[in-house]
Amino acid sequence: MRNVFYLLFFGFLLTAVIGLLASWIDRKVTARVQYRVGPPLLQPLIDIIKLLGKETLVPAGASKQTFLLAPVLGISSVMVVSALLWVNDIWVGKGFMGDIIVAIYLLTIPSISIIIGGFASANPLASIGASREMKMILAYELPFVLAVLVPVIKSDYAIRLGDILTSQAENGVVAGSLSGTLALVVAIMSVQAKLAFVPFDIPEAETELGGGVLIEYSGAPLAVFRLMKNMLLFTLPFFLMILYMGGLRLDGVHFLYGILKYIGLVALITVIRNTNPRVRIDQAVKFFWGPMTVIAIVAVVLALIGR
Amino acid sequence: MKLKALLKSPWVFHLSTGSCNNCDIEVLDCLTPRFDIERFGMLLAPSIKHADVLLITGSCNRKSAKRLKRLYEQAPKPCLVVAIGECSLSRGMFIHSYNCPVPLDKIIPVDAYIPGCPPKPEAIIAGVVKLIEKVKAKSRETK
Repeated sequence: MRNVFYLLFFGFLLTAVIGLLASWIDRKVTARVQYRVGPPLLQPLIDIIKLLGKETLVPAGASKQTFLLAPVLGISSVMVVSALLWVNDIWVGKGFMGDIIVAIYLLTIPSISIIIGGFASANPLASIGASREMKMILAYELPFVLAVLVPVIKSDYAIRLGDILTSQAENGVVAGSLSGTLALVVAIMSVQAKLAFVPFDIPEAETELGGGVLIEYSGAPLAVFRLMKNMLLFTLPFFLMILYMGGLRLDGVHFLYGILKYIGLVALITVIRNTNPRVRIDQAVKFFWGPMTVIAIVAVVLALIGR
Repeated sequence: MKLKALLKSPWVFHLSTGSCNNCDIEVLDCLTPRFDIERFGMLLAPSIKHADVLLITGSCNRKSAKRLKRLYEQAPKPCLVVAIGECSLSRGMFIHSYNCPVPLDKIIPVDAYIPGCPPKPEAIIAGVVKLIEKVKAKSRETK
């Protein structure tokens, strides 16, 4: 019973509320950068409510069950991984051995659900988008996993999120060291690609693919996909905070620092998104397998020699 | 309830049925910093399946009328239609053309008309506001 509460309250409700707020921050900052006014505070929520009330169309020739189940798969995995992160963050030591590996796997499933949905919708543009998303996963997972190795090495080869947090509380945050900073840079770029934000929004490319993988979605499934993306906008920066910045501590002034860390990460991601043009898929793969992987390997080596 | 949320975040899909491109440029002007329709929650939808409001420009010639019908059928309902510019209102200067047999509102139901050749961005925004008020009044009546 308590697990269901964790899943629904932390995994869904809290994550969704913060994610919707973060997506408002993202849209507002984008508007201000472009010298516009921007949408009102409740706009992301109103969008979701509106989409839930619209008609759901399933394209002819699409496989109906896969098409409608893909968003559910994505949002449920985001719920599980955010519940896992929250519980680890609040009750340090409650995690299980290897939960960091589970978190990495669960964070890949939203992208896979988008691929499944894109291929199931029987639309050539959606198929192109899905194949690009697949290449993106292949590209960013390698440097991301290497970057995640750094806090593991730093905290004496702990593969438990709780142990990483306690070691950071004792010896200072991972991002404070040279290897930690390099790994954080790589991880932020990977998160940018995982969120499909502008330099790496190749799968969705509004101007050339018209929404890409989501082109055939309408009504409630589209609402679920949008909510999933908004929740990821909370979950991924939160994962980075736990790994590199000592997490969100609930005692006294540390809570304020935690909120500042989160808003800072979201603002950084938004600014990167607003100051860059979209790259091609081959450029993105080269970027992640070239410079990013090299930086990540350097960070791992530095962490191994204790820097 | 449904319509209330829809009126606060109407995503627009922009379709040209053979216009001279002037109205389309004015529609795109509404998204620029000077007018910024995202203030009202409006976004330019990339796909017809995401759209709530169809903005139609142009004179609906024989080729595009079929596609217009198909597109309207693909839009998830409730969906509103706005005709922008003289051509889509009454075929404008093409009224005697062999290629434009009927005006737009004989093909699909139109909820709001915005005249002008081309209408200013201010006129487009004013027209959309009038449309929103009309739909609100209608939903009050049905209650």
